[in-house]
Amino acid sequence: MALWTLFGLMSGKATTPWPKDGANDGQDGVLGMPRYNPALCQEGCEECAAVCPTHAIQIQDGGLSVDYGRCVVCQLCTEACPSGAMEPSHDWAFGVRDRTDLVWSNDRTSHPAADRTERRAFRRSLHIRHVDAGSCNGCESELQALNNPFYNLHRLGIFFTPSPRFADLLLVTGPVTRAMFEPLRSAYEAMPEPRWVMAVGTCAVSGGIPGGNYACGTGLEGVLPVDLYLPGCPPNPSAILQALLMFLDRTPQRVRGGQIGG
Amino acid sequence: MNGMRIKPLEASKLHAAAKALYEAGGRVQFAYAWSPHGSGTEVRYICAVPDQQDFDVWTVAGCSLPSLAPVVPLLGWYEREMTDLQKIKFSGHPEPYPLVLREDDSTRINGSLKSYPPTNGHAHLPAIETRDVQQLPFGPIRADVVESAEFTFFYIGERIIYYQPRLFFKHRGMESCFQGQRPDHAVVIAERVSGVGTLAHALAYCEAIERAAKCTVPPRAQALRVLLAELERIYNHLHYLGHLCHTTSLKVGEAQGKLLEEKAKQLIARLTGSRFLRSLLTPGGLRRDLTPDRWLGAGLEALRQEFVAYVERLEASESHLDRLITTGPLPARIAFDQGATGPIERASGLDRDLRRDHPYAQYAELPLAVSTLKEGDAYARERVRMAEVEASFILCQRVLLLLEPGPIRTECAPPPLSQGLGWAEDPRGSLFYAVHIGGDGRLARVKIKSPSFSNWRAFPFTVHDTNMMDYAINEASFGLTIAGCDR
Ligand code: SF4
Ligand code: SF4
Repeated sequence: MALWTLFGLMSGKATTPWPKDGANDGQDGVLGMPRYNPALCQEGCEECAAVCPTHAIQIQDGGLSVDYGRCVVCQLCTEACPSGAMEPSHDWAFGVRDRTDLVWSNDRTSHPAADRTERRAFRRSLHIRHVDAGSCNGCESELQALNNPFYNLHRLGIFFTPSPRFADLLLVTGPVTRAMFEPLRSAYEAMPEPRWVMAVGTCAVSGGIPGGNYACGTGLEGVLPVDLYLPGCPPNPSAILQALLMFLDRTPQRVRGGQIGG
Repeated sequence: MNGMRIKPLEASKLHAAAKALYEAGGRVQFAYAWSPHGSGTEVRYICAVPDQQDFDVWTVAGCSLPSLAPVVPLLGWYEREMTDLQKIKFSGHPEPYPLVLREDDSTRINGSLKSYPPTNGHAHLPAIETRDVQQLPFGPIRADVVESAEFTFFYIGERIIYYQPRLFFKHRGMESCFQGQRPDHAVVIAERVSGVGTLAHALAYCEAIERAAKCTVPPRAQALRVLLAELERIYNHLHYLGHLCHTTSLKVGEAQGKLLEEKAKQLIARLTGSRFLRSLLTPGGLRRDLTPDRWLGAGLEALRQEFVAYVERLEASESHLDRLITTGPLPARIAFDQGATGPIERASGLDRDLRRDHPYAQYAELPLAVSTLKEGDAYARERVRMAEVEASFILCQRVLLLLEPGPIRTECAPPPLSQGLGWAEDPRGSLFYAVHIGGDGRLARVKIKSPSFSNWRAFPFTVHDTNMMDYAINEASFGLTIAGCDR
């Protein structure tokens, strides 16, 4: 075993200090939510709404309504748009406390939930129970990555726990299939109060691609009360880290009115 | 040239046809049902015939057929799925129980109504009366961050007597999502069937559409598809090795394996914009050109060197090897009968690989070493994957070396009422897409045959009559996904 220890020591520190300013988040080149530039939108075009597989973009009052809570980051709209109004971006740190902050809006004043001051100032560590309610396993792959040496979730005092009884946060992936509905509810019921719920991935936020078909619900909508939303398909590990630290009031929410830096 | 040789068959001739196929050295790959426009239901059996690029497809009309499962055991689950989802009756089925989801399953998704337990894969457990035998159901929510499934163990002390997985909790009706969609945009759906198999699913889907449209993909796109598919294999197998170390309690080995996986994903993201190789393929080629400049070749070579050193350390770790050698042996006969595929069957001595046996994309022009081993234990499954990573690095460098500039996309519109079969060797084994285009040019039916559906069927045979403490290692050594199986 000396071999492994030696090697471990030699390879030094691999961990990123993200989300500290200027830190390497490890997501070089990763595409995020398409950025909506209404000023560039051509009247009557509607190409993006026609291709969007999850109706994240819809025509409303002659203009567009863009709901990033439904976006699966497929980039079809950015390819269909003739004028750059739907533009590829690297905006993926999309964790929010209030669902309405995922909907594009000119009015970027904070929603009440986003400003809650009686934050659950966690002075102890955070324990998470994960439930896969029918994911494609992309979201699990990124959740598992959180424990690799690059993200090293433990260093932040955040742990996954096998038992709902010791969990503070229920982290759900997937659109909630028919067969997972009951087990998911039971896991929630088994948690002690106070308890919180996080929807990770667009499937859990709003159903994603299979949402609402014969086998699936539309994510946690109408199933459990959600305290933290993180759309993405899948959200990358740095986005998940950022959202968890935001939940703990250790880093600010980056998105308001569907825009980063709002 | 749609990938198929269609052979209509009468139901009464099924058993004889299966016998002749197996005597000739062929094998049934999968079966599915669909309803052609304006006529009744039809069941299709897709068969590999030796030395033949295209697959034979037997078509049998009707909703009431004799079960082939008694003679071709791997068909057992396909038939049960057809019974659940398309109401086809199979007479003489050895396990006539629900598997996926039935219409009268009354689980309510949206809270208000009373809910009932679903019948997916309902356990039909043997009646074991002895008092010494304990029964342990586990799941569908398990420890750590894992996919949902329920396992039942019958055991005495440490000894597992009988094991049954109950799957399909994650059935999302993915095949139905394709219906009515435009063939070009629906690749987005294929990419979300199994996240860690995104590229293979997109590739098999695109191949099926391209065969239906009889379109020829430009060479640069074909070459880049190979590069992308091998990058997917590399990060998946690196994850596999790290996770296997987790189960053998080799902590540093776990951390190093998962760090290598992370490095691979970061290289992939830098090249493609997606850690999972999403939003890249489209029927007819690629959605946009990629520019794998020198940095990629250098980055892959650096990763390969770290990988080689990592493997050397794993191979010198006796505590790790001790847990793998002779654990969970899968005999070649069972692997063949139950339809095991990919690294699992190759570790049990079956020498098959779609990249070589039914070449697609640019594989016919590339050097590919297919690794097989005879032992069939967890160690063999690990070593086959190690060898595959090596081979993937070589393929990637070869593609980078030979890559020529040129177009990356061609027009690809399958005509109304056309059909096509596409396939790819996913990191976990053989993956097929069968597509049928409707009269309106949109998708009428898409069937997905995933490698994990096949390997889950074989896995329990390696668990009966083994030890509890080996279970997690054995499961990890199979490297199964559940999303791909349940769809
Ligand atoms: S990137 Fe998002 S908004 Fe654009 S088409 Fe895809 S799902 Fe719709
Ligand atoms: S959000 Fe995307 S990555 Fe996550 S489970 Fe759904 S389809 Fe998969």
